[in-house]
Amino acid sequence: MEELSNLASGFSVALTLPNLGYMLIGITLGILIGVLPGLGGANGIAILLPLTFSMNPTSAIIMLSCIYWGALFGGAITSILFNIPGEPWSVATTFDGFPMAQKQRAAQALTAAFTSSFVGAIFAVALITFLAPLLAKFALKFGPAEFFAVQLLTFCSFIGMSKEPPAKTIVSMMLGFALAAVGMDMVTGQLRMTYDMPELLKGFNFLIAVIGLFGIGEILLTMEEGLSFKGKTAKISPKVVWETWGEIFKHWKTFLRSTAIGCWMGITPGGATPASFMSYGMARRLSKDPESFGKGNIEGVIAPETAAHAAGTAALLPMLTLGIPGSPTAAVLLGGLLIWGLQPGPMLFVEQKDFVWGLIASMYLGNIVGLIVVLTTVPWWAAILRVPFSVIAPVIIVICAIGAYTVNNSMFDVVMMMVFGVMGYLFKKLRYPLAPLVLALVLGDMAETSFRQSMLLSQGSMAIFWSNPLVGSLTFVAIALLVWPLWGAAKNLARASEARAEAA
Amino acid sequence: MSVEPSESSASGADGSPGSLGMRWPELLMAAFMLAVSLLVIIDSRRVGTDWGDDGPKSGYFPFYIGLMLAMASGWILVSQLRRWSRDTEVFAEHEQLRLVMAVFVPMVLYVVLIFGIGIYFSSAVLIGYFMLRHGRYRYAITLPVAIGVPLFFYVVFERWFLVMLPKGPIETLLGL
Repeated sequence: MEELSNLASGFSVALTLPNLGYMLIGITLGILIGVLPGLGGANGIAILLPLTFSMNPTSAIIMLSCIYWGALFGGAITSILFNIPGEPWSVATTFDGFPMAQKQRAAQALTAAFTSSFVGAIFAVALITFLAPLLAKFALKFGPAEFFAVQLLTFCSFIGMSKEPPAKTIVSMMLGFALAAVGMDMVTGQLRMTYDMPELLKGFNFLIAVIGLFGIGEILLTMEEGLSFKGKTAKISPKVVWETWGEIFKHWKTFLRSTAIGCWMGITPGGATPASFMSYGMARRLSKDPESFGKGNIEGVIAPETAAHAAGTAALLPMLTLGIPGSPTAAVLLGGLLIWGLQPGPMLFVEQKDFVWGLIASMYLGNIVGLIVVLTTVPWWAAILRVPFSVIAPVIIVICAIGAYTVNNSMFDVVMMMVFGVMGYLFKKLRYPLAPLVLALVLGDMAETSFRQSMLLSQGSMAIFWSNPLVGSLTFVAIALLVWPLWGAAKNLARASEARAEAA
Repeated sequence: MSVEPSESSASGADGSPGSLGMRWPELLMAAFMLAVSLLVIIDSRRVGTDWGDDGPKSGYFPFYIGLMLAMASGWILVSQLRRWSRDTEVFAEHEQLRLVMAVFVPMVLYVVLIFGIGIYFSSAVLIGYFMLRHGRYRYAITLPVAIGVPLFFYVVFERWFLVMLPKGPIETLLGL
């Protein structure tokens, strides 16, 4: 087992005192980010990224990924105690988590949520441990056409799987690609779409977009609700934890099913949010007592939390092995790797062994540290949410402005952050999905480069995308996912015309 | 690129009274995206969308991106126009829009203020304004928070991480 010896050396990298310290800082910041409205995993990491440029990359990625775990844990706290999902993937947790809190079972709900998150994540990390090296080895054989086909698959599955209308998903994605193309063309050195504005020479930085879309946009949305937080309190005692553990492990089937859903949705870029809903739906459908869901059934907390955390973790698998992130947060982490001069993809596993295995080992440790931290500090986080929005909102605006400025030390970026903020608000209101925009903005250059290289190889013939079984099947799956909604639409259309015929 | 005008273009005629209907924002957003796609297509045509001496020219890839953006936004635009009179969905209540503007306008002024007097004093003003105006706090609570938060950021960024943030004339006077 080569993986295990690699993992052991990874632990020796991650288990140093400074790295454990960074883990603790990361988890704490992450929970804070997850608890506060307007700050989430993606934009929280985007804001903190510039501060880590001077750090050693391994420590930096350990801290940043721990922020990610923390944010995943933190989302559950607000959902259960305040009925406010701190993150989109914890919406499904509110369905049964808040009713449990209303029945004075907040401590049990929180323990169940944190434990399920932990279980989901550990399974997903184990999957990464054993699958990532294989996938990386396999991907070493990839040429530009295969890489483009994988990227095509990613984007097509967004269009096919998205709950938003396909046209809006395409608009969001194409806008991302267009924004990514602004600035200097790396191949020919030509300026594109700058329209003689010197500020646009560098192009649009995705960190600015993430801070604006998710940070400022979220503040505007939250303000709409005129929020005043009124929540339940909870203290978790060791006795409750012990009893809840005894109770929830009877639901081991739910754990396994939710983990499988989460891992699958995380690797294919479905993301944590649909995974949590799907898993909740499955748990209710397969339950002996579906009536009790929505009224405080502990299984309704276990299912979405396990799946969300498994998906959030599994999203890092394609990010590390293929350089294709499965979620906006993974996209930001990928951007960080690029800034540190580490090109994610199969070569990373050959050239940067210490880094990769240190990171994987830190995923195990980070989740253990995270579980202990959240279980012991819940009352404190609940207290933070009692600070009124009129104080939190301006502070978050200030943090976003500072974060946007520090990316390039440019005020133009702060202005762009505001523009993206308005766009994020309007996109959310008009049901345009945000994730495709961010992913396209991050992957745009890479997708364009691999597309051009494939075109060069084939002298401009598209036939290269089905020139061998591997690339052909990737392209086929991509196109199948793309036309998936058309099939549904055609069925609806047929049904509608049938109904009309009957009415007439 | 300008901020879309859909928020200001209130049309009380549709939706329930006291709310802004979905159709105008929806239409304007689609039109805006269509305009963006035209910018992309025009500029791609300028740099060349065909095959050059050494491979595809710079506009080769973005041209198709622009084309797909145009088709998708055109589709939304047309289908929005087709269900124009049937669309009674609500974008937001006027009261909600007022709340959003109550945070958006100060936000814009804050960014303008950063250009003039730097980020630290602007932040103090922003936090102070929110706490006094929306939180209805007394000065005794507002002032320490409004001054303490920027001071904390000053120490963290300028002293600890050695990251310089925009400063204005007041900082220069203080000799920072």
